[in-house]
Amino acid sequence: MVPKAEFRSYYGRQILKSPVWKDDIAYYFFLGGLSAGSSLLAAGGDLTDRPALRRGGRLGGIVALSAGTVYLIKDLGRPERFHHMLRVAKPTSPMSVGTWVLSAYGGALGAAAAAELVPARWPVLRRLAHLAARPSGLAAAALAPAVASYTAVLLSHTAVPFWNTAKDELPFIFIGSATASGGGLGMILAPRDQAGPARRMAVFGAALELIASERMEGRLGLVEDVIHEEKPRRFLTAAKALTIGGAVGAALFARRSRTAAVVSGVALLAGSLCERLGVLHAGVASTKDPKYVVGPQREALSAREP
Amino acid sequence: MGSNMAEAHPVGFQWVIEAKKRGARIIHVDPRFTRTSALAHQYVSLRAGSDVVFLGGVINYILSNEKDFREYVTAYTNASYLVSEDFRDTEELDGLFSGYDPETASYDMTSWQYQGAEESTGEKGQSSAEAKEQATGLQHESGGPPLHGPTHPPSDPTLQDPNCVFQVLKRHFARYTPEMVQEVCGVPPEAFLDVCEAWTSNSGRDRTTALVYAVGWTQHTLGVQFIRTSAIIQLLLGNMGRPGGGIMAMRGHASIQGSTDIPTLFNLLPGYLPMPSASTHTDLRSFIDDIVGDKQKGFWANADAYTVSLLKEYWGENATPENDFCYDYLPRLTGDHGTYRTVMDMVDGKVHGYFLLGQNPAVGSAHGKLQRLGMANLDWVVVRDLAMIESATFWKDSPEVETGEIVPEECRTEVFFFPAAAHTEKEGTFTQTQRMLQWREKATEPKGDQRSDLWFFYHLGRRIKARLAGSDDPRDRPIQDLNWSYGFVPDPERGDEPDAASILKAINGYDLTTGKLVDGYLDLKADGSTACGCWIYSGVYADGVNQAARRKPGGEQDETAAEWGWAWPYNRRILYNRASADPRGRPWSERKKYIWWDEEKGEWTGKDVPDFEKTKPPSYRAPEGATGVAALQGDDPFIMQADGKGWLYAPSGLQDGPLPTHYEPHESPFGNALYRQAGNPTRKVYGRPDNPSDPSPPEEHGDVFPFVLTTSRLTEHHTAGAMSRWLPYLSELQPALTVEVSPALAAERGLEHLGWAHVVTARTAIEARVLVTDRMTPLRVMNRVVHQVWLPYHWGSVGLVTGDSTNDLFGVALDPNVLIQETKVATCDVRPGRRPRGPELLEYVQAYRERAGITTETGTHVHTGGPAHIENAEEPAESLVPPEDTAVAPREGKDLPEAPRAEDAEGGE
Amino acid sequence: MVGPNSFFGPLESPAADAGYEEPPARKGFFTDTSVCIGCKACEVACKEWNGVPDDGFNLLGMSFDNTGMLGADSWRHVAFIEQAPPAARGPVEQAPVDIGMPSFSRPGDGSGAETRQDFRWLMASDVCKHCTHAGCLDVCPTGALFRTEFGTVVVQQDICNGCGYCVSGCPYGVIDRREDDGRAWKCTLCYDRLRDAMEPACAKACPTDSIQFGDLDELRARAAERVETLHAAGVAEARLYGENPDDGVGGDGAFFLLLDEPEVYGLPPDPHVPTRDAGRMWTAAGLAGLGMLAGAVAAFLGGKK
Repeated sequence: MVPKAEFRSYYGRQILKSPVWKDDIAYYFFLGGLSAGSSLLAAGGDLTDRPALRRGGRLGGIVALSAGTVYLIKDLGRPERFHHMLRVAKPTSPMSVGTWVLSAYGGALGAAAAAELVPARWPVLRRLAHLAARPSGLAAAALAPAVASYTAVLLSHTAVPFWNTAKDELPFIFIGSATASGGGLGMILAPRDQAGPARRMAVFGAALELIASERMEGRLGLVEDVIHEEKPRRFLTAAKALTIGGAVGAALFARRSRTAAVVSGVALLAGSLCERLGVLHAGVASTKDPKYVVGPQREALSAREP
Repeated sequence: MGSNMAEAHPVGFQWVIEAKKRGARIIHVDPRFTRTSALAHQYVSLRAGSDVVFLGGVINYILSNEKDFREYVTAYTNASYLVSEDFRDTEELDGLFSGYDPETASYDMTSWQYQGAEESTGEKGQSSAEAKEQATGLQHESGGPPLHGPTHPPSDPTLQDPNCVFQVLKRHFARYTPEMVQEVCGVPPEAFLDVCEAWTSNSGRDRTTALVYAVGWTQHTLGVQFIRTSAIIQLLLGNMGRPGGGIMAMRGHASIQGSTDIPTLFNLLPGYLPMPSASTHTDLRSFIDDIVGDKQKGFWANADAYTVSLLKEYWGENATPENDFCYDYLPRLTGDHGTYRTVMDMVDGKVHGYFLLGQNPAVGSAHGKLQRLGMANLDWVVVRDLAMIESATFWKDSPEVETGEIVPEECRTEVFFFPAAAHTEKEGTFTQTQRMLQWREKATEPKGDQRSDLWFFYHLGRRIKARLAGSDDPRDRPIQDLNWSYGFVPDPERGDEPDAASILKAINGYDLTTGKLVDGYLDLKADGSTACGCWIYSGVYADGVNQAARRKPGGEQDETAAEWGWAWPYNRRILYNRASADPRGRPWSERKKYIWWDEEKGEWTGKDVPDFEKTKPPSYRAPEGATGVAALQGDDPFIMQADGKGWLYAPSGLQDGPLPTHYEPHESPFGNALYRQAGNPTRKVYGRPDNPSDPSPPEEHGDVFPFVLTTSRLTEHHTAGAMSRWLPYLSELQPALTVEVSPALAAERGLEHLGWAHVVTARTAIEARVLVTDRMTPLRVMNRVVHQVWLPYHWGSVGLVTGDSTNDLFGVALDPNVLIQETKVATCDVRPGRRPRGPELLEYVQAYRERAGITTETGTHVHTGGPAHIENAEEPAESLVPPEDTAVAPREGKDLPEAPRAEDAEGGE
Repeated sequence: MVGPNSFFGPLESPAADAGYEEPPARKGFFTDTSVCIGCKACEVACKEWNGVPDDGFNLLGMSFDNTGMLGADSWRHVAFIEQAPPAARGPVEQAPVDIGMPSFSRPGDGSGAETRQDFRWLMASDVCKHCTHAGCLDVCPTGALFRTEFGTVVVQQDICNGCGYCVSGCPYGVIDRREDDGRAWKCTLCYDRLRDAMEPACAKACPTDSIQFGDLDELRARAAERVETLHAAGVAEARLYGENPDDGVGGDGAFFLLLDEPEVYGLPPDPHVPTRDAGRMWTAAGLAGLGMLAGAVAAFLGGKK
């Protein structure tokens, strides 16, 4: 029988610093992922003659990205210095990588979105915009998966026990979430006869997200308690419910009913947001109790020593 | 022991750590486990105030197991001298020595003398009662008191005669067994014996043990005897005067050593010359004779040279042989002028003004309420400090304002606050524990109106002299004739800056015939041809060099490091270092060689300046009838003692006995397990309604205050807090007044960690945050469990962090030798929750007093079963709350001096 | 420049790896907590020299620790632990089975008079570890954090935009963002003093030489000797922490001699720099990204509308 272990800490105080990021960062994750999904739909819509999907995807994508960027800058300690991010390009920093990816992506998507907006009375500009639209839209679509997944690496590449432990699954969760939310927005913005890919992406994304979540939860080990703490649990449960509901709606009802499409779309959007908030808060919670640091590290130590 | 060195002297403690790294064993004995204990090899907890039993137990261990360093003891101590057959020990008189007078609570020490002595001791002609009032004991700080009798009394070198000191010592401590140590101190026998073993096995020819103490020993009504007991141990073990041995008193940082060397004490003149007494020292001759005694050996025999030189420094050319060198200008003692007596006189309306210079009695002195009520009854108080301290603001923010005892609008004390320069903003010397003077340079100019104390007094002297210049009142002559010609740098804007170096030179002393600096006290004369501000400091400017400013790094010197700073006297680093060699002048061992006789060169030599006449050989025997220095034999290492020997037994000089004896503290939950006499029978008490005491056995109702209270310092704060509680970086380290209690006490009284509690004594109640910790531990003493409670004393009402003042809990009960207050031990109660405020506080404390049956007489029966010692005995003891109009008590019949008129102001401004 | 161990594993000279040509010897701290007297001179000296603000007058009641932990406003932190010695406590297991609520030695949670003479009070001054592979430095996106020529890690306050990534990147919980200021702050190992060939303020102030400053390899040699001396003197619990170049951060520039397990002092037992797994993380992200693309393509190809 294994003798009872004794866990020791310094007055129960946390060893790590809790992340300084507020919910703003979760909003950015959601909006960035949403933008990524939207730009994929937009590119596909462009190539398969689904103009509403194309237009909705491009505009929805750029609006989401812009809003997300506002939250990103707002969450800085010195927002007026946001441009300092562009001083370096550092492969060891997912935030640096993301800054550059995001900049390129934003530029490309912006050009594509501009084409949707240039009014008819500026024909020269309009013509130029339209020439640039498809290539830039495709470029954005090519970068979209990076935009959707680098944020997962950003979280995992820290000392935060939950995020670091979930490093293998988190990218798939974020990708799934981005895909589902993109699909959901597409279902809302495009008419039903153009929204087929959106519905299929939504289902695919939801499935990916749910499978990856399950896997992650099973592999958390000593960090598992964190997802049962109140705040994370509420967000993650809501995320699951909304995503499943939205996916079911997308698969079964969204084609026949405009209402069902919108409701499902909104559910998927909400579910994606809840997932990001849940992940954020679970991470924060895992820094507050020293057991999440000491337990797994002691385990790792004894595994290495014969 | 009696020291928390790591916390109170952290920089000095680095040397303890260094010693530990080199294999030294560190033992810490303290009621509380402190940061010093954390670094010690062995920690022993004992009941506060029971130190004499512990140390007496060590003496008993040494004597019973014959662990003394016999050769050293026979040659260098008075172990063999025969004590008068009239002497009666505490074993025979149930805790008293022979000669006790219960009325005056003092001893006639005639029966304590060596055989062959003629008359009583103390100041010649001075009664012992008077000697006690004047804290005569302190005058002997730098050397032994005079003997009136032969300096070679009858002796038994075999140490067998029942009257010899050695046997008297043995009998006296016979009952101080390990079992007694356990019973009275609460120390388990194994722990106690471990200490004895370690101490004795590390002493002797090849090894020495050093002892460190601080105010944990001094601030007791038996404090001097605590130290005496340790001195006996170190003498028995041969540790005195030897490298790595000795007793180090940890003096305070603000040059406390300097403040007794160049004293700010009422009963001392510089260099531990006594302040003359009105009754006995009617002229210079009688003054000097009294210091010298008859037929003394030792360097006090030259007291005339030291005294005359001091008078010449004070009064310059005006001091001549014809006028006894202006001896009559010196003030005279008429009784107890100690600080506590003076404060009580303030309360009684007899004192009108007060200078506070870097001193904060509202927080830093015992019995805070008494201090503040005293100050509230003054005409004026001058406060010089770095910050606006509680002693300057008491009239508006003291607890007495809340209770109504002081009404700000009616308090008539005029407070003059003078901002003071910090230590980096002025030059001068500090004198530290090792008697070392270190000169400091000024690093930056003080800002605004800040000035050094030197500047202040220099200008105060100038102005007073100018004010009195034209007067023919003989009372003004001492000031008029004062020699005030110190060097200064003219500065019409900020006021002339006195030259500290010129003052240090005056302290060093001059040969007035040549105008040159003297090289040491041996150059001083009694004929008025030399002047010297402090004979023990003479030599600090030897060769015209500021010796105190020397800074040769330790790494470039040997272990004595004699070229860093300058230690008095004559830069001797270990006093009495003659004892580091055997009677024939050879080192006791190669390992511990320090000073030895070089036969070829005919002089003492070694690693330090010999604390002995350089060319006096070990074989020197004094001719018949010799006195003074010539009487010191070649094997008399204790050159300041009247008989040149270390005193295991002190035939004179101490009020409370020739031998240390255990007495319970003034306030204690326990009676004395050893004798009927409970507390120190000669301790100073002040039986007044405003100075109540908690009852102690055999008085009843002591259980109202069942716990032992003790206090000390924290590293993070400094004394009364003026220098630390205004600084954010220190205030955040210890932001609140805390009271430490053991988990058991917390459970018993319902105290919560970090919750509030209040501590109550007969004086008042204060509140603090609770720290429940295993570092405080209940002890088993005399068959029951006793709890100890600890608070730091750094808090007061002003600063970034504020709190109640711990010293408010203590009353005034003093050691009879040096008049120091007992603030290391008292009794108290502790209750959860904050204390009542305002008039409710007074009622709350009054209820405690009533439950404890406290009257003005409580605690004043210093002779157990004897009379009470109260002031104004004819007045009945009424309410213990001071009368309401104390704050505006009329002064006794003194006319106010006329307000200065503009035309009076003359030069020197 | 960049080499095989640039991101993980033993690294001879982080400064050289960062691009300095012929940098001076690497500097660091050896904090020997066995001689710490808990005086906190290090905390005060650091604040005085660097102008670090006070962080509030809060009685924390963690023994004598009212500072709490390292942070933006505490760059040296002295920890205090009151405890019974190892012999009396019983063995501590390496592999915890049940991690329940954390227990901690609050002053007062101990027992009574019986264990009196065996009491122990640990005191230790904690500081930024200036890791060989520094999590904070690796993730800083503005280049505000940089490696100095002495091998130390410093934040440039005119560049930091307070993104807070370093705060989560540090496996020791050292660096933090200052609330009212917005930027990240931490120990600079007194970079300004090093450039004038002076030792850091805390090392200078420490009276017992608990904090030793110097060339890192010399400190490591000294530390190994000290541990041996303590073991020989019967202090079996003495051990070094953060000195091993094979550990998860490549060894610390500031390492310690402890008298108990790291977690007792609030230190992680087995920290690693997140960059260790960077390859794995980006691979997973790449795969997931490809999956998204594939899914999108399939969504358009499959199905009618």
